[in-house]
Amino acid sequence: MSRYFADVAVLARKDLRLELRARSTVPSMLLFVITALVVFHFALPAESSELAAKGMLWVAIVFTALLGLGRAFVAEREERLIDGLLLAPCDRSAIWLAKTLSVLGFLVVAELVALPAFALFFSGIDGATVAGVALADLGICAVGTVLAAMAVAGRARELLLPLLFLPLAIPIVVGGVGASVTDEPARYLGFLALYDAVFAIISWASFEYVVTE
Amino acid sequence: MIQARGLGRRFGEKRVLDGVDLDLARGGFLLVTGPNGSGKTTLLRLIAGLLVPTAGELRVDAPRERVGFLGHEPLVYRELTALENLDLYGRLYRVPERRERIGMLLERFGLWDARNRRAETFSRGMLQRLALGRALLHDPELLVLDEPFSALDEGGAALLDRELAELRLRATFVVTSHDPERVAHLATDRLAFA
Amino acid sequence: MWLRNNQVPALAGLAAVLLCTSIALIFFYAPVDEDGLNQKIFYFHVPIAFTAYACFGWGAWKGLMVLWKRKPGADLESYVAIHQGVIFGALTLITGSLWAKFRWGVWWTWSERQLVLFLVLFLFYSAYFMLRYSLEAGPQRENLCAVYALFGVVLIPISLLAIRLAENYIHPVAFNKHGPQMAGSQFFTFLVALAGMLALAAALYRVELLGKRLDQRLRELREALVG
Repeated sequence: MSRYFADVAVLARKDLRLELRARSTVPSMLLFVITALVVFHFALPAESSELAAKGMLWVAIVFTALLGLGRAFVAEREERLIDGLLLAPCDRSAIWLAKTLSVLGFLVVAELVALPAFALFFSGIDGATVAGVALADLGICAVGTVLAAMAVAGRARELLLPLLFLPLAIPIVVGGVGASVTDEPARYLGFLALYDAVFAIISWASFEYVVTE
Repeated sequence: MIQARGLGRRFGEKRVLDGVDLDLARGGFLLVTGPNGSGKTTLLRLIAGLLVPTAGELRVDAPRERVGFLGHEPLVYRELTALENLDLYGRLYRVPERRERIGMLLERFGLWDARNRRAETFSRGMLQRLALGRALLHDPELLVLDEPFSALDEGGAALLDRELAELRLRATFVVTSHDPERVAHLATDRLAFA
Repeated sequence: MWLRNNQVPALAGLAAVLLCTSIALIFFYAPVDEDGLNQKIFYFHVPIAFTAYACFGWGAWKGLMVLWKRKPGADLESYVAIHQGVIFGALTLITGSLWAKFRWGVWWTWSERQLVLFLVLFLFYSAYFMLRYSLEAGPQRENLCAVYALFGVVLIPISLLAIRLAENYIHPVAFNKHGPQMAGSQFFTFLVALAGMLALAAALYRVELLGKRLDQRLRELREALVG
């Protein structure tokens, strides 16, 4: 069991170190999310409520996550580096967990900039929104990692990932927006936790099959 | 150690391997020959466990952590140094006395001076040597080498000759080579693809 | 004996009988509601929706067989089931839209939960085909499609919950809805219609499966000839 988490730690650290050296994914995500927020300003007519802007925050998060997820397995596939990991005695699901954690890390970094920017451009962020973002991130990364591995297995990978991901992201958006705008955020946070639990389990269990050729 | 019965593998509509039968005893050395595209790489990837058969049966009596694989790609991360790459695999394979073993291998393959350089700065020959180090790091009992001499210069090739000779008695081998005569003297079994 | 050898025609025959019966019942037996003729669409719309769910469920079950038991034919069966599910799903959206048009004068409404759910599922399962066509036939395609089918079946209840939760802050235009309290005769008609739709789906499923298996066999033979 401790070996499992040791493997996860080794792999996650590898991904973080690679990103630190290549510095391609996180800066792109940062720039994207800020740009998206600016676009939203121009997309919301004057009568739009503050709540509409809150909804748009979630759109920004989902699409920023897509950007990060799109990069998640590119190197592994192009240089067949996944082979190195598949040959190793570690559990396939450990690869999934490590990748999920590293993408989560990138997304959180992007949000550390995005949320203050949102507060600056639109309106304040309350605790419920932050909690919603945290829970949503878990679900996004858990499901997104599996789908990213699927998308990258075939042709037209950049096109495929959004198509696979967005329908599954709808419940996440509902949970997040609900937590941000309604008077009963607890309900929506609970729903997000449910989503996370359910999809994390099936993602964890199914990853092995996704990488088998 | 390796047994195949009617082993087949297709990719989409194309059948790359068909009806392969194989019996390799422990300690044997199987030399696989044949032209490009005849399925040699596919067979080796099946044996290493990177592919599953689509027909027939394959049994390999070695657990994953005792199999060493060298394929067409070196399987090293470009932005990591030689040392970091081997350390990564060393941890994943739980190599005992990891640091010492890595140091020993880097020296043996003439990469010690380059150990803190990123793999992206390596020449093709150096990458191949690093890949070889990766394949041998965990002291495998089954070595699956796909054209190991390709991309190696004379020095590297001599190094590989020496390694093969040393490991010959300690491991089972499945090797393809563009230059079969180089390793023919080591082979106990041969498989020729048309 | 005849039945076993002629399963597909028997199924098709059963479907035809049930559907004709249900149409007769719908128009001549079931009492006319205050909605008038429009309510009759309900007898098509809901059974079609149920049938779509059944197809997706069957597709997910076959997907599980691919991953768990490694049954050789299961991948094709899963694919065909999901294909049927998408067809019936599209029909659900169409009949639902017609119902909304006749009832409330709009082609679409977000207040009908089932309709919204089917929209989401339609998008999800359409992506299934994108996924499938981007991959070469082989063990990986089978695995990926099976995993995706399982994700889908988990998505169904979660989406339903999400749609319900979303109504709290979206406040869709609340149309006056009558609760579907069905009288006995209505319920009976509904059941016959449901049975008919299921039989139709089963027949179509079998027919498509036969066709696809034939294609596969043909390809294998051609391969063997050339190879």
